[in-house]
Amino acid sequence: MWEYSEKVKDYFFNPKNSGILEDADGVGDVGAISCGDALRLMIKVDAPSQTITDARFQTFGCGSAIASSSALTELIIGKTIDEAMGLTNQDIADFLGGLPPEKMHCSVMGQEALQAAIANYRGEAWVDDHEEGALICKCFGVDEGMIERTVRTNGLTSIEEITNYTKAGGGCSTCAEGIEGVLERVNAAMVAEGLLAADRAFHAGVVPLPVKARKVVRTEAPAARALSNLQKIRLIEETIAQIRPSLQRDGGDCELIDVEGNRVLVRLTGACVGCHLSGATIEGVQARLVEAVGVPLLVVPVSAMH
Amino acid sequence: MSAQPVYLDNNATTRTDPAVVTAMLPFFTEQFGNASSMHAFGAEVGGAITHARRALADLLGAAFDHEIVYTGGGTEADSTAILSALETQGQRNEVITSAVEHPAVLSLVAHLEKTGRARVHIIPVDARGRLDMEAYAKALSERTAIVSIMWANNETGTLFPVERLAEMAHGAGALFHTDAVQAVGKIPIDLKSTAIDMLSLSGHKLHGPKGIGALYVRKGVRLRPLIRGGHQERGRRAGTENAPAIIGLGKAAELAAAHMAEEQTRVKALRDRLEAGLLAAIGNSFVTGDVESRLPNTCNIAFEYIEGEAILLLMNREGIAASSGSACTSGSLEPSHVLRAMNVPYTAAHGAIRFSFSRENGPEDVARVLEAMPPIIARLREMSPFWRERDQHTAAFNPTYA
Repeated sequence: MWEYSEKVKDYFFNPKNSGILEDADGVGDVGAISCGDALRLMIKVDAPSQTITDARFQTFGCGSAIASSSALTELIIGKTIDEAMGLTNQDIADFLGGLPPEKMHCSVMGQEALQAAIANYRGEAWVDDHEEGALICKCFGVDEGMIERTVRTNGLTSIEEITNYTKAGGGCSTCAEGIEGVLERVNAAMVAEGLLAADRAFHAGVVPLPVKARKVVRTEAPAARALSNLQKIRLIEETIAQIRPSLQRDGGDCELIDVEGNRVLVRLTGACVGCHLSGATIEGVQARLVEAVGVPLLVVPVSAMH
Repeated sequence: MSAQPVYLDNNATTRTDPAVVTAMLPFFTEQFGNASSMHAFGAEVGGAITHARRALADLLGAAFDHEIVYTGGGTEADSTAILSALETQGQRNEVITSAVEHPAVLSLVAHLEKTGRARVHIIPVDARGRLDMEAYAKALSERTAIVSIMWANNETGTLFPVERLAEMAHGAGALFHTDAVQAVGKIPIDLKSTAIDMLSLSGHKLHGPKGIGALYVRKGVRLRPLIRGGHQERGRRAGTENAPAIIGLGKAAELAAAHMAEEQTRVKALRDRLEAGLLAAIGNSFVTGDVESRLPNTCNIAFEYIEGEAILLLMNREGIAASSGSACTSGSLEPSHVLRAMNVPYTAAHGAIRFSFSRENGPEDVARVLEAMPPIIARLREMSPFWRERDQHTAAFNPTYA
């Protein structure tokens, strides 16, 4: 059974705005019965203000497809066309309190139906450039189509490169066999099409043991950098400030709490909390700090205090 | 839900019979010895295992007790059978199987093919799920190491003529294995009167515990163990015997044998009543599989223009448990490979629901489902863009991509 949020369940069991909108100004049809989900979005637009005054949906699909469709209508009613165009699938997922990675495509379908309905209202043709495949990496929700496109576009030939470009395989790493399969198939196709030299193509077989990167912990501080306590703390502060944006991009954050000698106390917040990669995040923060400050430091996560 | 839940997903797993649990319990704490040990602790366990093996051999109609090799489950038994045959059959390196097998077989043979360890023939089925006998006969050759074809399909209940298939395999000098995980305990089986060489079964499908299964290996068939180590199971499956589970499976086998007639009569009647009632109450629905030859407990009904997971979620809210071959319940993008192999149209394959009974179900379960289903189906159809336009939905619904 999927782990649906209470809000997904509520929007599935009690969907809002389901049904047919008579005299719709714009209709967007996406999906197909063969794919197992399809959505028709109907919108009513107030022409002078360019505001979406009403929206209805009809959906053939699973629980999260119906919930995503209903959430979409709630999100766009009252918005202007331009505001609605800025809506992303992540907005739909966030509105629902998150979706299982296997079900994120339901929110993508919602976003596409909206774009199709607006295009239809404007009298334009909407072209879909989205294709999806089986979900390979469950940690980061990366599907086969995404891996294939990235491999082709960037001429990738190793698992490590795929992880660097798409994150796939960077979490629990149990999907390595799946990634290898896609890489081998796509590389072989690229060789056949003359896009890749045969000797560069990936072949599954003997895979080197993963070598854990040596921790960058220096035992000796460079002599030139004798820092005062204040200077050290400032440097730590600055370095953490540089790191934070990349954590925030993933929905997490890191806050400096205190410095006790060589112990740097930090608090991970947001998506970092409970993330099975938080250990790696701490290690990364520590490596950056040691490099910047030039003295051995130990980064210690402290739990949130209330 | 205040009312008792209705469990109609017995092909997924069954409730362990309380009598089975009672039989198992002493072997955790009182008779905990290692069956291989010389002392009294071990000897008592050894005796109980002998008795349990006899009970399971009887349920299968095996000629000898030692034809039973206990495994960790049906999947391990399938792997053992197929991998062993590829080792013992000399130069023969081909495997024949069907398009509707369980992943325990299909994923394995796909991997064997990919890694160059076997050539695989997948035999198609017709619209009712029946094996293409002509294609099967053609695929058999002096290169065939083993044929592995299920006794009964888990999704539709369709039965395969394994006795005949086994004889045909022997005609080509090939071994014959059947994944009988869904058949054992539901239909009478008498292996000694057949040409079947190996058969897989799983404890938890017949009210036994999970984590135990068995591979029947006909006397004289050479076996190469999948798991090597100690001498347990006469050297055919190493690892300390899972005594409580083996004894539980023995009890489950005794109970299944005692209830075999009931399965063919009372349970079948419940299934038939549910099926007829649903088809009468709900239009645009049909039964998938071979209605003339299938398990007595299984019915798979496709409800057109709606999606299975949504149906199951609404059923679950009414306290009714069943399962679906829809893509969305499995996390894949394709509906059930079984229904696709049968060419069930996509309009219906996504909305196929499997109801599977056991001897623990009663007429009140059927009544509950017959009452709950029509409004659930109507509600989802009302929401579906395909329903109202079902006669011309391809023309009216014009998605930008298809």
